[in-house]
Amino acid sequence: MRKFYLPLMVLLLFVVIIGGSWSGILNDYYQLVLLLITINIILTVSLNLINGYMGEFSVGHAGFMAVGAYAAGLLSVWLFAEDKVFGPPVLPAAWAIPLFPVILIVGAIAASLVGLLVAIPSFRTRGDYLAIITLAVNYIVKSFLENFAPGGPRGFVGMKRVMNNMADVFDAPWLLIWAFIGMIVTILVIRNFVSSTFGKGVEAIREDEIAAELMSVNTRRVKVVAFMLSCGLAGLAGGLFAHWPGGFINPSTFTILKSTEVMVMVYLGGMGSISGSIITAIGFTLLLEFLRPLGVFKWVVIPLLLVVTMLVRPSGILGNKELTDVFPRLRAVFGSEEESYAPASD
Amino acid sequence: MTLADFLQHLLNALQWGSFYALIALGYTMVYGVLLLINFAHGDIFMVGAYAGFYVATFLLGRYAISLPLALPSGVILLLTLLGSMVLTAAVGVAIERVAYRPLRERGADRLYLVITALMIGIFLEYVNLSTLGSADRGFPQLIPKVIFTVGGVSVTNVKIVVIVLSILVMIGLELMVRRTKLGMAMRAISYDKVAVPLMGVDVNSIIVATFIIGSSLAAVAGVMFGTAYEVISFDMGVLIGWKAFICAVVGGIGEIRGAMLGGFLLAFIEIFVVALGQIPGFEWLSSTYRDLVSFTILLVLLTIRPTGIFGVARRQKV
Repeated sequence: MRKFYLPLMVLLLFVVIIGGSWSGILNDYYQLVLLLITINIILTVSLNLINGYMGEFSVGHAGFMAVGAYAAGLLSVWLFAEDKVFGPPVLPAAWAIPLFPVILIVGAIAASLVGLLVAIPSFRTRGDYLAIITLAVNYIVKSFLENFAPGGPRGFVGMKRVMNNMADVFDAPWLLIWAFIGMIVTILVIRNFVSSTFGKGVEAIREDEIAAELMSVNTRRVKVVAFMLSCGLAGLAGGLFAHWPGGFINPSTFTILKSTEVMVMVYLGGMGSISGSIITAIGFTLLLEFLRPLGVFKWVVIPLLLVVTMLVRPSGILGNKELTDVFPRLRAVFGSEEESYAPASD
Repeated sequence: MTLADFLQHLLNALQWGSFYALIALGYTMVYGVLLLINFAHGDIFMVGAYAGFYVATFLLGRYAISLPLALPSGVILLLTLLGSMVLTAAVGVAIERVAYRPLRERGADRLYLVITALMIGIFLEYVNLSTLGSADRGFPQLIPKVIFTVGGVSVTNVKIVVIVLSILVMIGLELMVRRTKLGMAMRAISYDKVAVPLMGVDVNSIIVATFIIGSSLAAVAGVMFGTAYEVISFDMGVLIGWKAFICAVVGGIGEIRGAMLGGFLLAFIEIFVVALGQIPGFEWLSSTYRDLVSFTILLVLLTIRPTGIFGVARRQKV
């Protein structure tokens, strides 16, 4: 019975959120915040695979998000909306509802292919040099979109029409539903990946790449898979973000500042801790919203808070542990059959 | 492209490269000693420009309290440079003391230092934005601009000052690192962090000295940038800082010659991408492709030679 607690709780949360949005108890603002939370969780958990579990230093996560956002956004507008670039919709609007996840997946695949740009150099280099490669990819993606994507630097609009068409056919908070599902899928995929035999290679690479190689870990394959998985999930987050109620995406959303934001969530939550990532993604998004009245001062307060957090607790909120390691009784709820690896803390 | 055009672009690239190189030197020196990518450095450059702005406007008597005598503009420029260097170095050292040192002494993971550096950068930007406002500032013209034209190539005296000054600074720095005791200690620390303190070198004071030098160089770049382009803004350090970091890595981070070479190289690439677009047959090469081309070249270069131009791969012992 115990092992159904967590799925039941997730289902309950899903019903509460979707029901609340559907009936209008949660107004548009709360729905937007919920959407941002789910997107941030996807981004943070996926980046944690590279920066936390693999111990690499990727500073360009927003670039992959941008690829996913543009791929999914362009595709959905081309298929389902009247647009001055693409002309009339290719498919009837009713098809948008079943095909929406396909669009998101296409965005994710596009992003994971761009992730190869980082994965291949990572065979030969790591650490700071790999960091700069990810930085360069972030800039290349942004510059490419500014020069070649429809709308250019001003951004691309039209996704809102797709969402409106979907709501006309059947009124439901479609975006939030898929964002929630995407978030759960991301958490499950990453959790199962890092605890699989193949995924243990990721942690082996972090601890000692040469030793891992000697222990017959195929480091190249592990790296390619890890990078493509992480970048693909970032693309999924991007695809969801492209359909946000604001209705537009532009290349300057996906700058290094966005990447920094995701990175901060990863490190605050603790490298190699999925529950830490989830907690900080929620907390950080809410913090950003609470500090909104401060205006510009928000960005004075937040860095200071983070610097202080680093000084007080340099390994992040949860360090390398999961929530169940800190509060063992939670295992009853989360029902993890295996003890996750927690190094002796000092 | 005629020869005159080529020389013109070359001069522009030299000036632009001077800024990159001066900032990249700060990155590379801190990295050499601490193995820390000091991502706040681009914003230290901005602090340098603003410190210079306030020193210069004070000396020009734009505030209620002013100097009793009017100084000649050359002296003002010199004092602005020195004042900005002192103030910026103070900011740099303060950051080191408050944010980096406690983390270091605790033995925190290197990546947390990097995140702290990123946060300090954002903090500096937004403190500036929220206290001084978002409007760009006009940097006072400290040297009256004179344009010389030699054989179709025109060059301002400011440009000459920028290029000559930065080259002098770099030569001085190279001499300092190669010939003085302080420089020797810096090189020693970047070579071996364990043995050097045992030899009686006070690592913390070397680190402070590194921050002083790096921040002063950024201040020189900031004041020169203000003098050359006459506009400074709160976010001026962001893009130029990231690009200077790239220059440092392309040259081989930790190497002073590498930072200089990387700075000029990136500037040449950027200027000539823009210049090529004006030649018939290359019209498709829009000037907005500049970042795309330069970052792609970086990517290719690092894939072929992962340690940068001057960087030496340290063999990993098993």
